[in-house]
Amino acid sequence: MASLGAHISLSGVTKTFESHRDHPAIHALGPISLEVEPGEFFSVVGPSGCGKSTLLDVLSGLGKASAGTIEIDGAQVNGSVPDGVGAVFQQDASFLWLNVWDNVAFGLRRLGMDAAEIERRVRNALAFMGLTGFAKAFPAQLSGGMRQRVCIARTLVLEPRVLLLDEPFGALDQQTRLLMGDELLRLWRETGATVILITHALDEAAMLSDRVGVMSARPGCFIDIITTGWPRTRDSRIVAEAHFGSITSRLWATLREQSLRAISGN
Amino acid sequence: MKSNRLDHVLLVAAIAAAWQLLYLAAGPNVISSPAETLTRAVELLRTQAFWDNAANTGAAFGMASVLSITGGALVGLWLGLRQFAGDVADPILGALYSLPKITLYPIILLIFGLGISAKVAFGAIHGFFPIAIFTMNAARNVSPVYYRTARIMRLSPAATIVTVLAPAALPEIFAGIRIGLALTLLGTLIGELFASTSGLGFALIRATDIHAVPDITAITFLIFVFAACVNALLHAIELRVSHDG
Repeated sequence: MASLGAHISLSGVTKTFESHRDHPAIHALGPISLEVEPGEFFSVVGPSGCGKSTLLDVLSGLGKASAGTIEIDGAQVNGSVPDGVGAVFQQDASFLWLNVWDNVAFGLRRLGMDAAEIERRVRNALAFMGLTGFAKAFPAQLSGGMRQRVCIARTLVLEPRVLLLDEPFGALDQQTRLLMGDELLRLWRETGATVILITHALDEAAMLSDRVGVMSARPGCFIDIITTGWPRTRDSRIVAEAHFGSITSRLWATLREQSLRAISGN
Repeated sequence: MKSNRLDHVLLVAAIAAAWQLLYLAAGPNVISSPAETLTRAVELLRTQAFWDNAANTGAAFGMASVLSITGGALVGLWLGLRQFAGDVADPILGALYSLPKITLYPIILLIFGLGISAKVAFGAIHGFFPIAIFTMNAARNVSPVYYRTARIMRLSPAATIVTVLAPAALPEIFAGIRIGLALTLLGTLIGELFASTSGLGFALIRATDIHAVPDITAITFLIFVFAACVNALLHAIELRVSHDG
C-alpha cells in the first residue's frame, strides 16, 4: 500500500463566512501561508472555535477559500475535492448498513476497480488495522475505536497521498487514543502519505507530529510552528521522554493565552 | 424486541376470550361467536364470490400501495434534501396528514367514478402522507458526516443518494411504509364500504344491509387476519433493514 505523499502549499488563505439574515459576517480563518513537505506529519492545535476544521475544509476542497491559493502537488484546490485526498472525521462515519468488509471496499467498488484488486487491498487494510476477524461484523456490533478503524481502513485502501484527520480520536478514551496513535504512525510510515491532523489534544500532537502548528483564537492564524525532531520510527513510548514534556509545555505556553481569549469571547 | 411463541399464543387466546365475552354480552344480533365465525370464514373461503372480492380488494390495495410508496418516498426524499422546500412543506404535509380524508371521497368519486380507480386513489392518498413525512425526516436525519464522506470520496450527487443517503435512511423510511400501508388498506376498504361495486368492503356492507351477522363477523375477521399478515411481513423486513446489527 505504498503511495507517495503530496506536497501541500497554502498561500494567503482566508475564509470569511458571509453575513446571513441576522448573523454578521465572520472572519473565521487566516491569512494562512504554509508549506507541508511530501510525507510530513503535520498537526494543527488551537483553541476551540479557532477555525481548525474550517482550515481542513478548505484544504480538502469541501469548502471554498475566500482568498488565497491552495495547491496539492502543484494543482489548485478550489472548492472541489482533488484526487488522492482521504479524510477521517471525529464523528463515526462507518456505513451502518454495510459489514466491515463492504465498508472498506466501498470506495474501491465506486471506482469500478476489478474484483481481485479490491479483494487484495481490502484484505491488506483489514489486516493492517487489526480487523481481519471482524470482516463480517456490522458497525453496530463494534466499539467506537473499532468503528474508527473501519473508517481509517476505508480511506487507506484508496491509497491517499494526503490524509486529513479531523480529531479522529476525539471520541475515544485515553488508552485507546494512544494505541490508535501508534497505528496511525505505522500507517503514515508505511504509506508515505502526507498527514495533516487536527486535534485539541496537545499530547497527541506532540507525540505524532514532525511539526505542530499552533493557531490563534479566531480568526485562526499560525502563531507558532514547532518542529518536534522525533525520528520517523517513533511510537507512543516517547511520551515518557523529557523532550516530550518540553514540547507539550511549549505548546501549552503558546496556546494558554489564546484559549483564554477564545473563552472570554474576544 | 424478541417475542417468543408463547406470547403469541397467549395474545390470540386473550383476544378469543374477550371476543367470546363480547358475544355473550351483546348477543348474536351484534356479533358471532369465535367458533361460529371460524366456521363461516372457512365456508366463505370455499366460495368463488369471496375470492373474486378478495382479488378485487387485493388488486386495489396493491396498486394503491405502489403509488403511495413511490410517490411518498420520492416526494419525501426530495423535500428532505432541499432544506427550504422541506421547511415550507413540513407543516403543510402535517396538516394534510391529519385532514379527515373521507371528506374528499365525494370529489374522488366524481373524478374517478365507481370503479377500481377511485379505491386506488383513495387508498393511495391515505398512505402517501405518512410515507412522505417519514421519508422527509429520515433524509433530514442522515448524519452530515456521511455527506462529507461522500464528497471526500468524490461521489456524484446521484451516487450519493443511491449508495449513501438512501441506505442510511432506509430503516426510518420502512417504519413510514409500514404505517403508510396500514392506512392505505384502511383507505381502500373505506372506499369500498362507501361507494363501490366489488371488493371485501363491498361484501361487508352488503352483508350489513341484509343483517347477516355471521358474514359480517367472518369478513371482518378475514380482513383483520390479512392486515395482521401484511403488518407482520413489513415488520420482518423492517427488522432486516435495521442497522442495529
